Amino acid sequence: MEIKQTAIDGTLESSDIQITVSQGTAGVQIELTSDVAERFGTQIKATIAQIANDFQLENVKIKAVDQGALDCVIKARTITAIQRALQTSAEPAWEVL
Amino acid sequence: MVFKQDRLRRTMMFVPGNNAGMLKDAGIYGADSIMFDLEDAVSLAEKDSARTLVYEALKTVDYGDTELVVRVNGLDTEFVKADVLAMVKAGIDVIRIPKTENAAMIKEMESLVAEAEQRFGRPVGSTHIMAAIESAEGVLNVPAIAKASERMIGVALSAEDYTTDLQTHRYPDGKELEFARNMIIHAARAAHISAFDTVYTDVDNTQGLIDETEYIHQLGYDGKSVINPRQIPVINSVFEPTEAQVKNAQNVIAAIERAHQAGSGVISMNGQMVDRPVVLRAERVMKLAQASGIVDKEGHYIGK
Repeated sequence: MEIKQTAIDGTLESSDIQITVSQGTAGVQIELTSDVAERFGTQIKATIAQIANDFQLENVKIKAVDQGALDCVIKARTITAIQRALQTSAEPAWEVL
Repeated sequence: MVFKQDRLRRTMMFVPGNNAGMLKDAGIYGADSIMFDLEDAVSLAEKDSARTLVYEALKTVDYGDTELVVRVNGLDTEFVKADVLAMVKAGIDVIRIPKTENAAMIKEMESLVAEAEQRFGRPVGSTHIMAAIESAEGVLNVPAIAKASERMIGVALSAEDYTTDLQTHRYPDGKELEFARNMIIHAARAAHISAFDTVYTDVDNTQGLIDETEYIHQLGYDGKSVINPRQIPVINSVFEPTEAQVKNAQNVIAAIERAHQAGSGVISMNGQMVDRPVVLRAERVMKLAQASGIVDKEGHYIGK
């Protein structure tokens, strides 16, 4: 699926994560900022990559600013940001949920 | 019919659907029910975001035995269908309809819920419904609303919109809400479902909260909606039975057990007849005592 526009979801509040999705040219690129990157960075990126994969995105840039989000929050924010970027927000992405 | 009043519903805590931190912690405050809000607490631009966030939280966060409720967007909005589908798929206990005006709205929600259950393979009938009453029209129709569906578990007063509709506002003595509160408790009891009182918005006024809770407790309400977790122990303490009430309930339950063993349905205790209403009341006192932690697992009074 093709990214149509740059889109954001999530906040910079504690326990949240802000995800920015934009067009890419070199596969699924994830840039993570997190205070817990050393311990959880690999896991956070894997969660985001899995969602990108579920949406069958081939080229996408995903910027994530983590404030200590739970896995379910990372998933939710990534799903919403991707749907906004794909302009498919009106209907939940049942194939991914 | 299932006796739907069985469940304790002393507090229903409102949690904004798009707040990651509050969703994560919602289960730790001891509320009997948690209401995730997709409606007024979420701006139009974030409806998709809140829906997905609540969905993922419901799928993964362990809220224990807490009853989980979602306030979906209004039946007249473009969001309600997706809200209901996602929440039913996630296995929500109760869908709360905002601004309920008549029984037809319950029927409309009932068919949306049934459709979602079928689509996602949930047991048909497993998702319950409750109605928020927020207008004069809703109050006048509440008896029919409460009985509109087997899925209904409760009706709730939502006083902010209601007082605006009446062209008044909330006063400390709550006289403007008297008629609505009495209508709602009667409709709920006639339909054998729960009655929830409105939120007490002045979170720093503990005495005001105690007074209002004592009043709605006296009317017969199951509990109150809560906007701040600090209000939960205050409300619970109003619903906590006294030692004398617990002892009396224990005597009633013991007496009825003896009567059953002797093969008799009706008994007398201290010269008074103990019939079904007295037994039901005793059972509710013991349930409240258990929830308040003033009796042990065997039902022995242990105090605070």
